[in-house]
Amino acid sequence: MSTALQLPSYKAQSADVAARFAEIKQRPVVLDIDQLGKNFDSAKGRISALQDVEFRVHRKEFVSVIGPSGCGKSTLIKILAGLETPSSGEVRLDGERVEGPCKDRGMVFQGYTLFPWLCVRDNVTFGPRMAGLSKAQAKEKADAWLDVIGLHRFADHYPDQLSGGMKQRVAIARALANEPRILLMDEPFGALDAQTRAGMQSHLIKVWDSVDLTILFITHDLDEAVYLSDRIVVLAAHPGRVHEVIEVPVPRPRDRTQFLSPAFLATKNRLEELIYGNSEDTTEMEARHAGP
Amino acid sequence: MALPLLRVRDPLSPSARTFATALAFLLPLALWALVSYVPFIWHPQVLVTDAGDSQISGTYDFIAANERVDLQSFALRNGELARAGAKLASGERVNPIYLPAPHEVARAFYTAFTTAPERRGDYWLHESLWHSCQIIFWGFLYAALVGLPLGVLCGTFPLLSQLFEPFVDFVRYMPAPVFGALAVAIFGLADAPKITIIFIGTFFQMVLVVANTTRQVEPALLHAAQTLGANTRQLLTRVVIPSALPGLYRDTRILIGWAWTYLVVAELIGEKSGISAFIYQQQRYRHFDNVYASIVIIGAVGLLFDQLLGFAGNFLFPWQSAPSPIARRLRELPKRVRAAVSGAPHAGANVEVSK
Repeated sequence: MSTALQLPSYKAQSADVAARFAEIKQRPVVLDIDQLGKNFDSAKGRISALQDVEFRVHRKEFVSVIGPSGCGKSTLIKILAGLETPSSGEVRLDGERVEGPCKDRGMVFQGYTLFPWLCVRDNVTFGPRMAGLSKAQAKEKADAWLDVIGLHRFADHYPDQLSGGMKQRVAIARALANEPRILLMDEPFGALDAQTRAGMQSHLIKVWDSVDLTILFITHDLDEAVYLSDRIVVLAAHPGRVHEVIEVPVPRPRDRTQFLSPAFLATKNRLEELIYGNSEDTTEMEARHAGP
Repeated sequence: MALPLLRVRDPLSPSARTFATALAFLLPLALWALVSYVPFIWHPQVLVTDAGDSQISGTYDFIAANERVDLQSFALRNGELARAGAKLASGERVNPIYLPAPHEVARAFYTAFTTAPERRGDYWLHESLWHSCQIIFWGFLYAALVGLPLGVLCGTFPLLSQLFEPFVDFVRYMPAPVFGALAVAIFGLADAPKITIIFIGTFFQMVLVVANTTRQVEPALLHAAQTLGANTRQLLTRVVIPSALPGLYRDTRILIGWAWTYLVVAELIGEKSGISAFIYQQQRYRHFDNVYASIVIIGAVGLLFDQLLGFAGNFLFPWQSAPSPIARRLRELPKRVRAAVSGAPHAGANVEVSK
C-alpha cells in the first residue's frame, strides 16, 4: 500500500514509549501461550485453525489480537477461556497450565450475555455468589463496580431495559467483580454503533487505567486495536498463526486526537499491509478468477 | 393487487384485534343460528304434530305425533293418506335432534346444572365437572413432578438425553388409551386407572418437550456463567433452570391442554365417571342441549384456566418485557399501598404522570 504521506516507521519509538516497553517486559508474565494448535475435523477433512501460536501477555498490559476472518481469533480466545481444548500446546496463567473455564480468566463476549432474569446488580454479583460470598458481601462488591462503570442508578434495571453500550459495561463489571487475573474480551464492542463504540473504548481505557488489570482484546477494527493496545498480535489465516507482534508506538495517556498522529497512522498502515495487503483470501480469489 | 385488509405481517390496531376476536366467535354462532332458525337452509326432518288418520295402514304408518321423521317418509305417508282420502298428517320442519338451536343450548347452561340425575347414583353436572377437574389435576401433577425434572436433566446433560429420550420417544407413539385395559387390571375400577391414563398421555410428551425447551437455553449464557466460575450444579440451578423457566411455563400450559384431550378416554375406561360420563348419559336420554352445553363448558373451563395461567405468567417473569397493563398496575400495587399507608404522596402516581 502506498501513501502520499511520508510516515515514520511503525518501529520508531520515542524515548518514553521505548522506556515503557522496557518496563513492561520486566513485569511478570500473566498469560503464556505456548505452541498452541487447534484442528477441527470436518467433512472436507482436517482443518487447522491454529498452528504454533505463541505470545505472552505481561501484567497490566493491554494486548489486542487482530487478523483477517478465518484466522482463528475466536477459537484462540475460547481456548484461553477454557471453553475449547487445544489440540496441541498449552496455555499457562501465572505459570500454571490452564484447563477448563475458571473465574481467574474473566470474559466479555461479543453478543449480549447478561442473564436476562437478573437485574443489573445481581448480574454483577453472580460471580462472587458462585464463589460462595454472602449476599451482603457480593452486593458491596457489585455496588463498587457499578460505581466504576457509572451505572449505579441502573442497579435495579433488567438487562432488557438497557442500551447495547450499557449492557456491555455491565458485562465488563460482571467479569471484573470476580477480580480475574486476566480479562479476555472477544470483540466486545462489535455489535455497537460507531458513536457508542468510541465512548466504550475511552471508558475501557479509563477503567483499565484505574485498576490493576491485564487485558487480552480481540477485534477486527484497526483503529480500535491501535487506540487501546500496548501490543498488537497480528494473526494470519489458514492456518491461524502469528504474523507479527507490533509494539504500538503511540504514547500514553491516549485520547482520540492521536488518531491522526504519525505514530498512530504508521501503525495502522502496517496493520493494513499485514491484514489486507497480501491476504491469502484475495490471492485465492484472484487465482480463481484467473482460472479457466 | 393487495386487499387493504390483508397486509403481510402488519400488526392490527387494538380495536381491529378486539373486533376480529369477537368475530371469531360470532361467525360460527351466526352460522349455527342461521341453520337453526331459517327453515329452508337445512331442516331435513318433520316434527309430526298430528299423525293424521291412523286407521289407514300403509308402508309409512309408523309415523306418530311428537316424533321426528325425514321429509321423504312424511311426504310418502301423506301420499298414502291422500290416496285413501283420509285426514292428512301435519307437522313442522325441524333439524335433527342432535342439532339443538342456540337458545336451547343457552338455556341448557342453566338447566343442565339444575336437572336432577335421572337414575339414582348418577351425578349432577357440577359433581361430574368437579370430578373431572380432580382427575386432570392429579394426573397432570404426577406427570409434572416426574416429567419436568427429568426433561430439564435430559435437556442439560447429553448423556441423560441419550439414555432416556429414545425410549420415551418410542412409548410416545403408543396411544395412551391402549393402556386403558392394563391400567384397569392393575389399579382397579376407581380413579387410579384414569389418573394413570392422563399421566401416560402427558408424561412422555412432557419429557421430550421440556428437554427441547431446555436445550434452547443460549449456549453463550452457559459460557458466560462458566467463565464466572459456576460449577456444574450451579450451571443447572442458576442458569439453565431460570433461563428455561418462561419456556417451561409455556410448555406446561400447552401440555395441560393435552391432559384435557385424554380426559374423555380416561373417564370412559373402567367405571365411567366425570363430565364424559355425564355427556354419555345425557346423550342416551337424548338431551342433546345438555350435551352441547357440557362440551362448551369443558372448553370454557380449559380456556379460563389457561388464561389464568397466562395472566399469572406476567408476574412470575417480571424481566420479560411488555407485561399487560393490568399486570403492571397490579405489580405496582404493593408500592401504592405502602405509600398510602405511610401517608406519603403516592410514588406510583407520580411515576405514571411522568411517563
